[in-house]
This record gives sequence, C-alpha cells and structure tokens, in this order.
Amino acid sequence: MSAVATSATASAKSGDDRGRGGSLSWMALPALVFFAGFAVIPLIGVLVLSFTSWDGLGDINFAGFDAWRAVLSDPGLPHALWVTFLVMAASWAVQTPASILLGVFLAGQQRYRAVLSVLYFIPLLLSSAAIAITYKALLDPNFGLGAGLKLPLLTQDWLGEPLLAFGVVIFVVSWQFIPFHSLIYQGGVRQIPRSMYEAAELDGAGRVRTFFSITLPQLKYTIITSSTLMVAGSLTFFDLIFVLTAGGPGDATRVLALDMYKRGFQANLMGPASAIAVILVFVGLALALFLRRLGGRDAGHSQLDGM
Amino acid sequence: MATTTITSGPRETLPAPAGRHRNRPTSRRPNWLAGITSWIWLAIVIVPIYWIVITSFKTQSNYYLENPLVPPGEPTLANYVMVIEADFVLYFVNSLIVTLGAVIPAVLASFMASYAIVRGRGSRFLRYTNSLFLMGLAIPLQATVIPIYLIIIRLGLYDTLLGMVLPSIAFSIPLSVLVLSNFLRDVPKELFDSMRIDGATETKMLWRLAFPLTRPAVVTVSVYNALNIWNGFLLPLILTQSPDKRTLPLALWSFQGQYSINVPAVLASVVLTTLPILAIYIVGRRQLLSGLTAGFGK
Repeated sequence: MSAVATSATASAKSGDDRGRGGSLSWMALPALVFFAGFAVIPLIGVLVLSFTSWDGLGDINFAGFDAWRAVLSDPGLPHALWVTFLVMAASWAVQTPASILLGVFLAGQQRYRAVLSVLYFIPLLLSSAAIAITYKALLDPNFGLGAGLKLPLLTQDWLGEPLLAFGVVIFVVSWQFIPFHSLIYQGGVRQIPRSMYEAAELDGAGRVRTFFSITLPQLKYTIITSSTLMVAGSLTFFDLIFVLTAGGPGDATRVLALDMYKRGFQANLMGPASAIAVILVFVGLALALFLRRLGGRDAGHSQLDGM
Repeated sequence: MATTTITSGPRETLPAPAGRHRNRPTSRRPNWLAGITSWIWLAIVIVPIYWIVITSFKTQSNYYLENPLVPPGEPTLANYVMVIEADFVLYFVNSLIVTLGAVIPAVLASFMASYAIVRGRGSRFLRYTNSLFLMGLAIPLQATVIPIYLIIIRLGLYDTLLGMVLPSIAFSIPLSVLVLSNFLRDVPKELFDSMRIDGATETKMLWRLAFPLTRPAVVTVSVYNALNIWNGFLLPLILTQSPDKRTLPLALWSFQGQYSINVPAVLASVVLTTLPILAIYIVGRRQLLSGLTAGFGK
C-alpha cells in the first residue's frame, strides 16, 4: 500500500507533468474555442478586411491597398490619433494624482472612510451610456443645472465648444473611473509594511516627506498597473464619447474607436474602417509593450500575473 | 509575490481588525489635504446622482420652474410609468438573458481553462493557450467588431440575443482566466496530491477541491463580467436593429433620442436601468470591493 503511494507521488514529481498536461488539455478547449472564434479569428479578419472593399451588406471584394491609401492620405487619421493621444494623456494626468491621494486617504481604517469608498464606487455601476445621457442633460445650456440655478459660470455651451467639450469628456471619464483607481491604490497602500512608517516616524520625517520617500516609491508597481489599465482603457472610451458628443463638435472628440465606427457603420466603408481598427490594435500593443518595459522585465511579468 | 498577496488581500481589506489601526501615521494628526479632497470628491460624485434621483420624480413642467437641487414639491411617478410603458420590461429581460447567457458559460469555461493552465504547467499547449489569453488583455478587443459583425451575419445570428452572447463570452475570457488562475495557484499542491492518491480524477478535483476553495474569486469574476456585459453598448449597437432585441443601455440611448426634451423621463430611465446593478452591488459589495483591490492592487 505504502509502496503504491510512494510510486504515485514519485511519478507525480517526475516527468508525468507532460502526461497530465495531456489529460488536462481538453479542459482549456471551451475557452480556447470561444476566444479563437470571436477574438483571434476576428483579429486576423480585420487585417484581411482592410484589403477589401465592403459596404457591410453586399459582396466583399478584394481591393488591394485602396483602403489603406484612402485612410493614410486622409487628414482625419492624424487628427483622430492626436485626439486619442490627448484623451489618453489628459485622463491619465487628471486621474493618477487624484486616485493616489484618495487611495492613500481611504487606506486609513476609520469607519467613515469605508462608507466613503462604498459611495465612491457608485459611478462605476452606471453604464457609460447612462452617464453620458445624464451629463448631456445636466450640462445643457438651456435646460441643465446651470440654467436652473441661474449661474452664468455653469451656463456654457459645454458640448458645443471644441475645448469645453474635450474638457467635459476628460471630466466625465475621471468621474467614472477615479473611484476604481482609488480602490486599487487603497489596496496598494495597505500592502506597504507598517514598519517602514514607524522607522520614518522615529527619524522625525513629516507627512509630506513620508509620502514622497516611502508611500510613492512603494506604490511604483501599483502605479504601473493602474496606469496600464487607464491607458488601455482610454482606447475603448467608445460608448461614452459616442453618446456624449458623437465625436463633435466637428471632430473635436473623434477618437480612433469612434472614427472606426463612423467610417464602418455610418459611412458603410468597412475596408477603411478595418484599416483604422488595425491601427488601433497596433497602438494598443505598442502601449502594452512600452508599459511593460517601463515596469522592468521581472516586475512587468509579475504585474501582469497579478492583474 | 503576486500570488501570495492575492490570497492575503481579501482578508486584509476587510474592515479594520482592532490593532491594525495605525497602518499609516494618519492617526497622529489629521491629513487635511487628503481629507478635504475626499469630501470634495464625495460631493462631485454625489451631486449628479442626487440630481438624477430627485429630478426623475419631477413633472416636466415643474422641472423648468423649480430649483434643480431642491426635491420636487409634488413628487410624481408619472415618469417611471412612462418609461415602463415604453417596453423597458422587455429590454430588462433582454439584458438579463444576454448577461446570464454570457457570464455563466464564460466563467465556467474560464475556470476550467485556468485549472488546466495551473495544473498542467508542463504542457506546451497549455502554456501557449495562457499566453494567447494574456495577449487578449493588451489588445483593445473593440477593434474586432467589424469581423465579428461579419461572422454573426454569416452565422445567421444578426439581430438575435445569441449573437450578442457569443462575442461577450469571448471578451470576458482573458481577464477571468488571469484572475482565476492567480487564485488557483494558491491552492496547496499537497491537497491535489492527496486527492490523487485517493484515486480522484482531474474532473473530480476541479469540482470538489478547486471550485469550493476559489469560490470568492469566482464570485468576483462573475460580478465583474456581469457588470461589463449588462452595461455593454457597442455589441448591441452593431449586432441588432429591431427595437425588440435591444438591451437596456441601447434602449436608454434611443429613449433619450426620442424624448430628449423630457429630462425627468430620461433620468427616470437612467434610474431604472441602474437599480438592478445597485441591488447586486448592495448584496455583493464586500466581495466585489475586496476582490478587486486584491486582484489589482499590490
């Protein structure tokens, strides 16, 4: 009996990992089939479609580089890339300091802070469509909050002026996502060993000093995780911008994802829209690689594991 | 490092066990800057929500007359009646079908895949599968909607609920596999070994051992995916056309287009679409918050 047990453990320890992998592989199949069918194949498909012309209904015809030529020579593309970059940079620059500050604060253990984090989380429950609709009504120059309160400062044509509309998009994005990132930082701050703060206290370091010499450096990997999510997420702000401004006024808030939708599903030019989608994929991949490099090789790996 | 923090995370982020109070030196003297910021932020979060709720009980004519931040003088349910009569029950059922229809298979498939990936580390096939899912995290999957539209048309599923379910499952898999396999890695190997000696098959170990032990992670992942799919807008937008196949966010959008002048009715529709999620949040709040902070924050 014991001999059987030892031989079983022995074989488990030696090379039967491979055999076990074989008997386990089928379990990964359902997920793999779904992911292949509706993510990998479409990913290849989008590249193929970028070399065709298709109106979304009729036949798909091979069209060589036509779509790419049309997209690359269109001044709309650099503009959409620029707007996408601005949204990414501005939303990062607004959200990160605010989320760190709130996260550090929420990491304290007082009861009312727990209540605060419950309330902070509410915007994340609303759909982007609901949030966009709410702000559209709230900011309406004639019927919105500003007009109702008769405050001229709030009564602007918020979504009618390019600069204001851009600011509104950044504000609404922050409104929706700062709570989530604060929670990430709250978790990060709680992992910092208490002894580090005690040592700093003994050395007579003040709060500001402690924050910059201990909290911030210790949060390095949390900052990378949170920034990765912010930056990757900013490429997919489609629903919010679509409902809030539809890319307008003019094309002031026309980001890449919106550009793809408008060309494909409104102008029925699926070829050029697919070319934009390919660009979107490459921007996403480049950013992911860049952020991994930023985190250092090992850290990047464990970071990705931990997400 | 990543794996150990994940198990300790949920426990640590639960409300204060006594004695862990002075985690940070804040108790020494109040941190004014962060304190003020947090209350200002609370106001920024709460004021629009408060405005949505009170306005949804106002009549359209009173909306233009009353101070927008004062609760309605004569509250009315007329807006809610109007929204419900505009087929919102149907859209609610559609959203429910799509969400459950996608979350349950997505989480089951992801769990099985995670189990295989964690237990079968020697297999090259499973390593590649894992890398493929990880790659899915870096790619904005929205970029694939045009081929998905084509595939759904060719499958004859355009303008059906199933057509929205299938891509939603695929989109949920990468993050689910990542979170679940992190939790599964923390199940002690000895437990598996002893069950193996007792003659348990891998399938039995998956359901009897791994599943119960990682239930918190399964709940977190399910709620997170459900939230994403319930609130999803792009897939319903491109994969349906008839009004009776709409899900709530899409219905909300078209309702807003139709009745944009009737602000109280539009806001009542916002409240109604959010109520179910709010109910889930109230029930599963602790699980979701601790799961998310544990899964993401290190």
